[in-house]
Amino acid sequence: MDYCPHTQADTADMLLQAGVGRVEELFSDIPDKFRLKKIPDMPPALSEQETAALLKTIGARNRQPRLTLTGAGAYAHYIPAVVGHLVGRAEFYTAYTPYQAELSQGILQAIYEYQTMMARLTGMDVANASMYDGASAMAEAAVLCARISNRNKLLIARSVHPEYREVVGAYCRANGYELEEIPFGTAGQLDSFTVLNQIDDTVAAVILQSPNFFGCLEDVEQIAGSARAKGALLIAGFTDGTALGIVKPAGECGADFVVGEGQSFGNPLNYGGPYLGVFAAREKYLRRIPGRLAGRTVDKNGRPGYVLTLQTREQHIRREKATSNICSNEALCALAAGIYLAALGKNLRKLALLNVYKAQYLKSKLLQLPGWKDVFSAPGYNEFVVTCPDAQAVNEKLEQEGIIGGYELAPDYPELESALLFCATELVLKEDIDQIVRILK
Amino acid sequence: MELIFEKSKTGRCAADVPRSDVPEIALETLIDAKYLRDDLDLPEVSEIDLVRHYTNLSRRNFGVDMGFYPLGSCTMKYNPKVNETLAAQPEFTSLHPYAPDSFAQGNLQLLHTMQRLLGNIFGMAEFTLQPAAGAHGELTGVMMIKKYFEHKGEKRRLILIPDTAHGTNPASGALCGFETVTLRSNAEGGVDLDHLAELMTEDVAALMLTNPNTLGLFERNIEKVAQLVHEKGGLLYGDGANANAFLGKTRPGDLGFDVIQLNLHKTFSTPHGGGGPGSGPVGVSAKLVDFLPIPRIVRKGQEFHWSENFPLTIGRVRAFYGNFSVIVKAYAYIRSLGAEGLIRASEMAVLNANYIKERLKAHFELPYDRVCMHECVFSGRRQVAESGVHTTDMAKRLIDFGYHPPTIYFPLIVPEAIMIEPTETESKETLDRFCNAMIAIAREAKDNPQKVKDAPHYTPVSRLDEVLAARKPDVCWKKP
Repeated sequence: MDYCPHTQADTADMLLQAGVGRVEELFSDIPDKFRLKKIPDMPPALSEQETAALLKTIGARNRQPRLTLTGAGAYAHYIPAVVGHLVGRAEFYTAYTPYQAELSQGILQAIYEYQTMMARLTGMDVANASMYDGASAMAEAAVLCARISNRNKLLIARSVHPEYREVVGAYCRANGYELEEIPFGTAGQLDSFTVLNQIDDTVAAVILQSPNFFGCLEDVEQIAGSARAKGALLIAGFTDGTALGIVKPAGECGADFVVGEGQSFGNPLNYGGPYLGVFAAREKYLRRIPGRLAGRTVDKNGRPGYVLTLQTREQHIRREKATSNICSNEALCALAAGIYLAALGKNLRKLALLNVYKAQYLKSKLLQLPGWKDVFSAPGYNEFVVTCPDAQAVNEKLEQEGIIGGYELAPDYPELESALLFCATELVLKEDIDQIVRILK
Repeated sequence: MELIFEKSKTGRCAADVPRSDVPEIALETLIDAKYLRDDLDLPEVSEIDLVRHYTNLSRRNFGVDMGFYPLGSCTMKYNPKVNETLAAQPEFTSLHPYAPDSFAQGNLQLLHTMQRLLGNIFGMAEFTLQPAAGAHGELTGVMMIKKYFEHKGEKRRLILIPDTAHGTNPASGALCGFETVTLRSNAEGGVDLDHLAELMTEDVAALMLTNPNTLGLFERNIEKVAQLVHEKGGLLYGDGANANAFLGKTRPGDLGFDVIQLNLHKTFSTPHGGGGPGSGPVGVSAKLVDFLPIPRIVRKGQEFHWSENFPLTIGRVRAFYGNFSVIVKAYAYIRSLGAEGLIRASEMAVLNANYIKERLKAHFELPYDRVCMHECVFSGRRQVAESGVHTTDMAKRLIDFGYHPPTIYFPLIVPEAIMIEPTETESKETLDRFCNAMIAIAREAKDNPQKVKDAPHYTPVSRLDEVLAARKPDVCWKKP
């Protein structure tokens, strides 16, 4: 199936009008020696029915987990049916970037509303229309801070997601910036004295996550104070966005930028993507931030309307002097996030509380198992770290029952031997937890 | 239209939360109050309000499913429905990225096969599927170029970029600390070889070339271009934004490209989503394979697994493995079309563009009058001179005829540019109606220019005040 509507007569007629004899002549600018006879090793076309059967077979090679107890940057949440129905409207999903505002008021207004929700959730003044994911949002914020402050070192908490630290590292290396880790304290949080001691006058920004990778909340206010005292900026990330239903927003704690993964807001796990990077900032940085911005204005008759604004920051206008190279973002995922949050409204708090209760219950049950120990004392959200006699054996046992267990921390954190990072969202039921404990006994 | 916040009424909600089946613990006993928020300012609406709000917003939006969308360099082809259905199967959507490889064999097989198929189509040794979009792919490619020279112990500061290039090219170069130098085009719209020979020194890391370029023209001297770059030890980077022009006709790997990035959301039909998500795979020649981002898929017999053990890698460019569900759609598309379908797609895309070019060239100035590839670029200069009607006016007037306007004012080297990319999924009848509309507008520009300048006439809003939007930015709503 090739989706081309051309009949033989159409093609002949069009070739005639285009003044060429054969289709092949249209490709005469390609030097003969580089003309391909056929695509090597390419399977033949399939009918729709055959394509569907093929993809079904491939999907069936996956093993469907009965339950997922891993979070670690991607979170299994219930998605209300209304989200899929609305995001599935082709007027949204088959549109391009809204460069022609008069034809794009729908997505522009939806993005404006999304930006407003993100600013409110994070306690910041402004938010952009989305970045690729939480990690690249953090990396772009890091690069931006170095440029703003004219300093070339960034400090990143070791309690930040290991893959995020690597992405920030890759962006820093490409720009020639130095990236240094800040150790976490025994409570599983940053210690403000350590942070203070590590900041010198070359440090552009301190980067942390709260909740952090271990599920612990950071004392953002204290760290922001330490950073400010040494003239450094603070980039505050978050892991599971639903935590913001109860957690004090970093914007109220003195953060200059808040970045994070927005997948939890109405986007499926999708084996890692597409997700969306939340990027929020203080007003004074509005003209320096990366990414698209929908702005409210009026038309020539004075009616309110929306446009992409401050485009002189962007690559299609400013080229090598742009604040970022980003062009496509994750608009449809941001639309899903906006719909999800509008659907929940104040119930986001209820949902966040439920996540806390589930994680507490799972943790209390696991700690009753012989040899299992709590690791960090800092308050947490829906993830926590425990040690057990044999982390690998635990996960293997759970996998046999179709359960994806905790995230093994030792490969990323050799200092956390036999430690597992567990996550329990609202999807984990009491009977599941009770059964898990029976399996592990 | 009212904002969702303006429709909010305390006490309403559209999504409920189950009652807790585990003990509820007073929050303050678990988390000190200093960590907790006081207020949560989200809209409170009922489900029907929510549905009507977003449904009505969607009616104020224009997508490919509603009409012809000839946006140049964006390849707005039809997005087959079956691919949406297949990518939404729970087998694909519900798996956690850290699921053990033993749970994800289907996903890994799909990704691995996709890498191989892209390698075959484009003639590259290896592909990474990680980048989230085209510009992200460019960044990944340029990072690899940087690492390649570092590994060779060479310091090269410059990247050459033709004056026809997308803005993402210089921005990606700059984001990796390179200085970008503009390379001139010649009179027939290709690379000025003398200028290239002059600029190409051992301080140049790469030439970033879009082929066919943004004029829709294939670089006839590609062999010479590659030779000039390689002679000085430089690398040839290919921006694959226009790959829909040559599927099965030629391969960038054979043409001498060392790195290319693709846009699955252009060439391989995955929807643009109102601005994303996309997917920007990067293919490399053998000499750059070691620098690919991690993790990479390794095959052992019939089993696949992720590996991070590649010491020369540039590292990670994002968390996890890429925009997986976008890749599933593109994979289904490639398998549906097969070898013959991909070739036919490019042939019909190029035929459609040439047909439009021939039908319109009597009515609009055509700066480069030669066979074009998948898109053609006109100039609105004649209309400006004759009646003061600008390209933007004609673009807005097209909206009244039911079309999305072409890309305008790009490429930068064509004044008042009108860049039309019809794609292969449009019929002759659609192209004829569109051309008739363009011709009618050209006539109207002469007879009744004010009508064109005042367009659009039938949209929910008329032209918006962009100066006000930039001068007094309002990007987040505040309660009055």
